Amino acid sequence: MKIAIAAALTLLTASVPALSGEVDPSNWPAVLEKARGETVYFHAWGGEPRINAYIDWAGEVVKDRYGVTLTQVKVDDTANVVSRIIAEKAAGKTEGGSVDLVWINGENFAALKRASLLANEGWAGELPNWKLVDVAGKPSVVNDFTEPTEGLESPWGMAQLVFSYDTARLATPPKTLEALAEYLETHPGRFAYPQPPNFHGSTFLKQVLVSAIDDPAKLSHPVDDATFAADVAPVFAYLDRLHPNLWRQGRAFPQNAGDLRQMLSDGEVDIAFSFNPAGATAAIEAGELPDTVRTFVLDGGTIGNTHFVAIPFNANARAGALVVANFLLSAEAQARKQDPKVWGDPTVLNVDALPEADKERFAAIDLGIATLRPQELGPVISEPHASWMTRLEEEWIARYAAP
Amino acid sequence: MLKLAPSLTLLLLIGPVAAGLAGTILPAFGYFPALGGDRLSLSAFASLLATPGLWTSARLSLTVGLGATAGALAITVFFAAAAEGTPFFRRMRRLLSPLLSIPHAAAAFGLAFLVAPSGWIFRAVSPWATGFGQPPDLLIVHDPSGLAMMFGLMAKEVPFLFLMILAALPQTESTRSRRLAVSFGYRPVTAWLKVVLPRLYPQIRLPVFAVLTYATSVVDVALILGPTTPAPLAVRLTHWMNDPDLSLRFVASAGAIFQLGLSAAAILCWLALERVIIIAGRTWTVSGRRTHADQFAAMVAKSAMTIAALALALGLVVVALWSVAGSWRFPDALPASLTLKTWLRHLPDAATAVGTTVFIGLPVALVATGLALACLEGESRKVTVVSPRMLALLYLPLLVPQVAFLFGLQVLLLWVGLEDTPGAVAAAHLTFVIPYVFLALTEAWRSVDPRYGDVATALGARPDRVFWRVRLPMALRPVMTALALGFAVSVAQYLPTFLVGGGRVETVTTEAVALASGGDRRLVGVFAVLQMTLPFFGFLIAGAVTSLAFRSRRDLKISH
Repeated sequence: MKIAIAAALTLLTASVPALSGEVDPSNWPAVLEKARGETVYFHAWGGEPRINAYIDWAGEVVKDRYGVTLTQVKVDDTANVVSRIIAEKAAGKTEGGSVDLVWINGENFAALKRASLLANEGWAGELPNWKLVDVAGKPSVVNDFTEPTEGLESPWGMAQLVFSYDTARLATPPKTLEALAEYLETHPGRFAYPQPPNFHGSTFLKQVLVSAIDDPAKLSHPVDDATFAADVAPVFAYLDRLHPNLWRQGRAFPQNAGDLRQMLSDGEVDIAFSFNPAGATAAIEAGELPDTVRTFVLDGGTIGNTHFVAIPFNANARAGALVVANFLLSAEAQARKQDPKVWGDPTVLNVDALPEADKERFAAIDLGIATLRPQELGPVISEPHASWMTRLEEEWIARYAAP
Repeated sequence: MLKLAPSLTLLLLIGPVAAGLAGTILPAFGYFPALGGDRLSLSAFASLLATPGLWTSARLSLTVGLGATAGALAITVFFAAAAEGTPFFRRMRRLLSPLLSIPHAAAAFGLAFLVAPSGWIFRAVSPWATGFGQPPDLLIVHDPSGLAMMFGLMAKEVPFLFLMILAALPQTESTRSRRLAVSFGYRPVTAWLKVVLPRLYPQIRLPVFAVLTYATSVVDVALILGPTTPAPLAVRLTHWMNDPDLSLRFVASAGAIFQLGLSAAAILCWLALERVIIIAGRTWTVSGRRTHADQFAAMVAKSAMTIAALALALGLVVVALWSVAGSWRFPDALPASLTLKTWLRHLPDAATAVGTTVFIGLPVALVATGLALACLEGESRKVTVVSPRMLALLYLPLLVPQVAFLFGLQVLLLWVGLEDTPGAVAAAHLTFVIPYVFLALTEAWRSVDPRYGDVATALGARPDRVFWRVRLPMALRPVMTALALGFAVSVAQYLPTFLVGGGRVETVTTEAVALASGGDRRLVGVFAVLQMTLPFFGFLIAGAVTSLAFRSRRDLKISH
């Protein structure tokens, strides 16, 4: 089966035509010229109203300045967009595709890259605003879950796993996974993680993996079948110990990070987590969490990554998509995005290297009561190679979700 | 013109199902050239069977589906036996008709908000009665055996089966039959079960099968209320279909075929159950026993019906309440403050979604009702026959699990270049709307006394004039109800809208499910309320039109 698929993908690669020369990002004035009047369909997860509002704002700006109409197609799971692009490929639709720009990272990106379903290599590095990106300080902007981006996607924002807790119920949160397990022994049912393969749930598994594996260097390479079982044995030993004391004894799980946040708000759990360091502050401002909630990170660091925007091979409005991707990288758009009142998503730019006026934009942001300062966030642990997540999810499902 | 109507209707129904099934079966057997599957093989089925927990998922689909259907049918049948002809029955009829139009997803959200440990019921009795200062760690929603999902589906299907029974009752001469049996000394409930049910059941059998297929293959309700460790089969194969690992696409197609077999197996189980009950029932009917704890049975049936209706209605109230809630912490029984903030913030999105929903739903309802009228009018003029066989075929889209043919249909539409358009979505909706419209209209149309038309013809009226001046006005109420029902069914479609519209055609239902992944109850509340009010307004307008048209026709006004 796997071999047949691999062969199929090779065939696919051969049959995908190279992006025609009509849109060349190195000739930016020509891109702007071509983009005017185009409509960009931006497929982006639509579960968070604040993010949708931010995209609306970006749409108004690019409409005003560049005459590009930006329309967000709200998706509940980016995998559906991948399906869609495949279905278009299946139907022989090599141009005029329905997706112009997609918010993506991790295994979805890896799948599209493997199948050569993305626009030509290197466009991201030729965007005028690329020079602002902090490639040295944030290596994940060019390595998406260890998969080299090769300019097939442009970084949009940073994410890092942060835990949140309600100070009204819990004075000192457990700062290691070991302490968490001990806390649950005395407070059964007061923690949960979203059910893998949900993105946040899988991230929790990876957090356990990076702290439990004997040799972390293994994680930057694909899974070795011969040692996999031994490599992840400590992960499942930990989970076996954790599960009887989880919310609902681990017989049911929240379905996503939103569920988990709601459970913290309802007092069903004492500790929750999210991938957005400013998420708790933003939720407090929106009245979704009590203002006694604070955030913390684990000693030794937590998993972090970058999320991107990519252009499919058959995008209809390529020039418009390039203009939007470039605008999303501007200091103006990145600073606004980092403001917790707007979204609170950390920037991919090297703020120190920006012109004074742009530095000011970032300095002026009030991070809010529940957001850790950049220096408090601790070390960022890179994502393991995407194959670890896939295998870990399979193993998790077989053990806990498919008896 | 009228001659073509039945063929056109069947084409619109069977075409998409058949084409979609072909688009599913080929990849299931390894054929999907775009993914390199260019020869037939059984490897997808081998991978499917090797999937951990497959049989648990299959068993869940089967037990939940059979349990929900049997439960909903038992509640409605016993309720009809216990209450037909009483004022309580009429009150329930008025309460349940609007509940029928609630989309499944909205009803499921309502129930979840109601019964979860952090839900409204626990909030109402905490901490004063329970002592809970924080929600108890009880496994109610998402329980591994699927009970929450089963009861949710049961409650949601009760209004549908109830209305099906209401539509069928006039042909059973239930009142007179029961009166006769009672005069022989039978107690009312026993009498109804012995003389009315045997004539009623054959008429509601297809709707029961539709419920059974739906309950064994539902995705949205299962996501909201169902087990997750593992989930029922349909949910899992939807995940496979959408997995970035492309090889799972073949497994998903094989899974869809498996789902088809599973739903068929559920129907076979049901048929076996029917036989057992028929054989046992025959002996029982002729045994001559006059009473079987009639009062107790009546009380249980009425209570069960009340609980189902109340659960749905209270679910709606709590959903609406969340949409205007400010801060609402456990265990407060009511929100600390009410605010329109959520509504105002999402008004622009909501307005667009409502616009699209109406723009699709209205033409779909009109076309479906028009087709149904053309078929039935053709029958009245004796140029065509709407045979029982055709009516059975109309159920096809409801008897084939949606997941089994929608992915294939999506690929097909891409091929002909019709994807992403509201028109394509409308065409897909038509497939699901037509059966319900026929269901609502056929018997009502036939019950119009044909002699009125004959008299008009004898007075010299041309056939068209007889239709417009006599038959249509006389059947205006069911026609308007069919229109409103068609609109409601279109509003509720999730999978067809999402797959055929490619996410670009955003209706209130696709928005609601997309937003649900963010977990914000207030926002889910806003869209669930929109989901519920749109069909409700449809029925309201339909009723208003009928009343207006009948304001000077006393004898056509509804009698109760």
